[in-house]
Amino acid sequence: MDLLKILSIIGSASVLIVVIELIRRGRLKERYSLLWLLAGGILLLLSSSRDILEYISHLVGIYYPPSLLFLLAFLFLLLITMHFSVVLSDLSEKNKKLAQELALLRQEIQKMMNRSVEKQDVTG
Amino acid sequence: MKLLIIVPAYNEEASLPGVIRDLKQHVPSADVLVVNDGSRDSTSRIAREMGIKVLDLPFNLGIGGAMQAGYLYAARNDYEIAVQCDGDGQHLAREIRKMLQPLAAGTADIVVGSRFLTPGGYRASVFRTLGIRIFSFILSRIFGIAVTDSTSGFRAANRRVIEFFTRTYPDDYPEVESLVLLHKVNMRILEVAVTMHDRTGGSSSITALRSAYYIAKVLLAIFIDLMKKVR
Repeated sequence: MDLLKILSIIGSASVLIVVIELIRRGRLKERYSLLWLLAGGILLLLSSSRDILEYISHLVGIYYPPSLLFLLAFLFLLLITMHFSVVLSDLSEKNKKLAQELALLRQEIQKMMNRSVEKQDVTG
Repeated sequence: MKLLIIVPAYNEEASLPGVIRDLKQHVPSADVLVVNDGSRDSTSRIAREMGIKVLDLPFNLGIGGAMQAGYLYAARNDYEIAVQCDGDGQHLAREIRKMLQPLAAGTADIVVGSRFLTPGGYRASVFRTLGIRIFSFILSRIFGIAVTDSTSGFRAANRRVIEFFTRTYPDDYPEVESLVLLHKVNMRILEVAVTMHDRTGGSSSITALRSAYYIAKVLLAIFIDLMKKVR
């Protein structure tokens, strides 16, 4: 086994382990972990079997098989950051709605309080 | 006709009392709602002390989010017409009556107050005018929306538009963008001539480079809106 292979197996295995551990501790929600698990899994598969790596490299015309690993890692990172942007947009929209609802509710409470004060003035 | 005037305000304690007095004097039948967009000054207290309803946003949402909060209030409290009027004093309450007429007559869904329909009615910096002209040109030539003052935030909306705005209201450059979105859902947009006060604050610091950047961003936003799905 060459050094590169050992290193890439360690690398992709630790990604998987860290992701699983984060999910287990409730620090990472399952719905955001799918891409990470997929990334870790595929990278582990490719780094442990030189044959698959060389086969796919040959198929798409990559002369130096390990660079396929870099390409895939890069594509996964791209996907994950894009996923983050989508999640972030969704969250900021929800955040805006919450702020608006909060302001409307405050106004509603103010109105109710004013009304009960008026009532007391009339009856008391 | 149940009428609400929405006044978005961000740190407007200096000009707000004048705006509120002006509205009470010229449109006494209307309810006024100040949307305090996370001001750090006493905007909210001043409005309350004048007996005005206030929506206090917990932090600054920007003009788009603040206006939408106002439209949500209008929709939930069954207002038939909502007018938006800036808190900085550049919009004059005596012009509102003119803007309501087309809505009452049912000839428009939204009425925009324009400074440019009367010749020589408004003087702004060269760059600002240039930007408004470019947007207006694109809106009228490409989309067929006949507007001269696309960045005007002085508007009156009927119930249909109020309800649309509670669902969809643009965040970044809401004046120009909302026209594109309204046009996409076949709302009738009408402009009427109004006079406005020149803004007293120091917006004169707009440089050529900054205006070019602003114009580019708004144009990008318009074309993104064009591709958006709206319901």
